[in-house]
Amino acid sequence: MAQPDMTRIEAAGGRPEAIRLETLRFAWPGRTSFRLEVPEFRVGRGEKVFLLGESGTGKSTLLSLICGINAPDRGSVMVDGTALADLSAPARDRFRAERIGVIFQMFNLLPYASPLENILLPLSFAPDRRRRVTDPRAEALRLTGALGLQDDLVTGARAAELSIGQQQRVAAARALIGAPALIVADEPTSALDTARQGAFLDLLMTQAEAQGATLLMVSHDARLSGRFDRVLDLSEIAMTTRGAG
Amino acid sequence: MLLPALAWQSLLSRRITVGLTIFAISLSVALFLGVEKVRTGAKASFADTISDTDLIVGARSGGVQLLLYSVFRVGNATNNLTWESYQDIAARPEVEWIVPISLGDSHRGFRVMGTSAEFFDRYKYRGGRGLEMAEGARFDDLFDAVVGADVAAELGYRTDQQIVVAHGLASFTEHDDKPFRVSGVLARTGTPVDRTVFVSLEAIEAIHVDWKNGARIPGQQVGADAVRQMELTPGAVTAAMIGTTSRLQIFGLQRWINDYPEEPLLAILPGVTLQELWDLIGVAETALVGVSAMVVATALLGMAAMIFSGLAERRREMAILRAVGARPWTILALLSLEALLMAALGVLLGMALLYGGLFAFRGWIDDSFGIYLRITAPSLRELWVMGLVLVAALVVSLAPAWRAYRMSLSDGMTVRV
Ligand SMILES: Nc1ncnc2c1ncn2[C@@H]1O[C@H](COP(=O)(O)OP(=O)(O)OP(=O)(O)O)[C@@H](O)[C@H]1O
Ligand SMILES: [Mg+2]
Repeated sequence: MAQPDMTRIEAAGGRPEAIRLETLRFAWPGRTSFRLEVPEFRVGRGEKVFLLGESGTGKSTLLSLICGINAPDRGSVMVDGTALADLSAPARDRFRAERIGVIFQMFNLLPYASPLENILLPLSFAPDRRRRVTDPRAEALRLTGALGLQDDLVTGARAAELSIGQQQRVAAARALIGAPALIVADEPTSALDTARQGAFLDLLMTQAEAQGATLLMVSHDARLSGRFDRVLDLSEIAMTTRGAG
Repeated sequence: MLLPALAWQSLLSRRITVGLTIFAISLSVALFLGVEKVRTGAKASFADTISDTDLIVGARSGGVQLLLYSVFRVGNATNNLTWESYQDIAARPEVEWIVPISLGDSHRGFRVMGTSAEFFDRYKYRGGRGLEMAEGARFDDLFDAVVGADVAAELGYRTDQQIVVAHGLASFTEHDDKPFRVSGVLARTGTPVDRTVFVSLEAIEAIHVDWKNGARIPGQQVGADAVRQMELTPGAVTAAMIGTTSRLQIFGLQRWINDYPEEPLLAILPGVTLQELWDLIGVAETALVGVSAMVVATALLGMAAMIFSGLAERRREMAILRAVGARPWTILALLSLEALLMAALGVLLGMALLYGGLFAFRGWIDDSFGIYLRITAPSLRELWVMGLVLVAALVVSLAPAWRAYRMSLSDGMTVRV
């Protein structure tokens, strides 16, 4: 069973690609007529990809599929060399915890827990990722320090008491802790003002680079695409059908 | 360990609604267990009304009726027990002691009971407790009376007070020519003794020497002093309490009395008849338990409603948990755990309320209602009830938890607000 599959091996580095989608097809269950089709989409290891797309075109839907929260109707999703369809639902949840760090547009944190507890959250679902971190608390503080947050803010307050910019940085630290292979960011800057957006992205990218993580970020704001390795529009890789919901 | 911590913090962050829900559960649990305590306490106090008396004898009627008039002083005897029969029974070898009960007169709403001084030694309640004098002494003189605690308290009687006994239970004719002196006041017992005026059997005879068929015999007034010279053996008594020399002889004696050829008599075992009487009242008891169980159910449904109404607001929390790797089952477990925590806190607080209430009010309850509530560790039945509340909470929580499970599957990564 565990024979090495040559299609998974990327020619250049000899290691599997970070993301590989093939003949993907997905429709939300229920009455919505939204359909998403992706013939092929690949992201190399360590690559930083910026995916543009207008509102409602299916960017978040695509990320859900890559993260294995939703399963495609047809086609395959491969992350870090693993076909998600081969995994059972619990194994897929575990896989996500181990390999993927997620940042949302806003409301990233459990409001009742402290920022520190929020940052440590994925580690309790991902034993391997937890093992890579010798001292979780110190690592969390190192990350937030690098992202420009003061320690007492991270350990003391409740997450709900932070400003939105601070919350996004805590979310970035949560995505980065334990060095997952893939960081997925769904418009992480759209709740920030223009001045802060650049600064936040710089911090996020520096940390992702330092960990050698792959970064896939979606946004509808092309101005942010500057430092990415590759910029593409969703319409280049996907066909979406939209009807009256 | 993560889940309990998350559940706890999540509850803390909603402390007002959560607190109110817990309070509702605790009140319902305290009510349910309180009803349970009062019920068992009332039943025990009721069963404790008379103890150590093996048989009660009266004219033949219903057993419950005999018990009601002889012990609880409720209702009336239809017939009497003649003095000859009484003597015959007293002469039986199985009889260790016999105490007569003569009823029929009253004093300002309280029953007057004629008996022998031995009554104060033989009457036991609450598993063998004897009567005690709060003040004064037992009757000694022919016109001495001993009053129960309620009689003394309600009428303000102390020793040496002069009282007059009325003829019958609700009449205006009084035996005012032969007043009594209160010789003693009994300590409170929580039994019908508290509401009774005791005089000697001879005194009952004495106040009736010049009466016939419920009216004074015209022109035959016998003075209080003259009556002392007379022969005061009663013609009949209402009932009698009997103690046997050995418990083994109770049934034999009972059969002998029930088959007594001279006169139709009835002998009952007070414990058995008390149980019969309680069974009659038992319907109300069951209704009470039913109602308080409904209150618990209502509180739990309130909790489910509270969880449901919080779901919409907590959708993003679930999306976050899913994104960091939580399974849909984890989310279901989280919600059920929260419900379980609330129910557990509710039960604990309910117990605290119950026992606090018991400590604070049991003296008052004993004084006012004659229900003696024992403070004991929770009984097995109560532990069952508590366990059942937790299980019910878990079951009830499954509805909103399942909804959250479905939502966490269908929402995907989009954090919906
Ligand atoms: N959980 C869901 N259930 C049903 N339909 C959904 C769900 N999430 C999204 N959709 C539908 O899928 C389509 C694409 O939505 P999606 O959120 O992926 O767009 P988007 O590109 O991320 O938009 P935006 O820029 O506004 O975030 C929309 O028509 C939306 O109604
Ligand atoms: Mg989106």
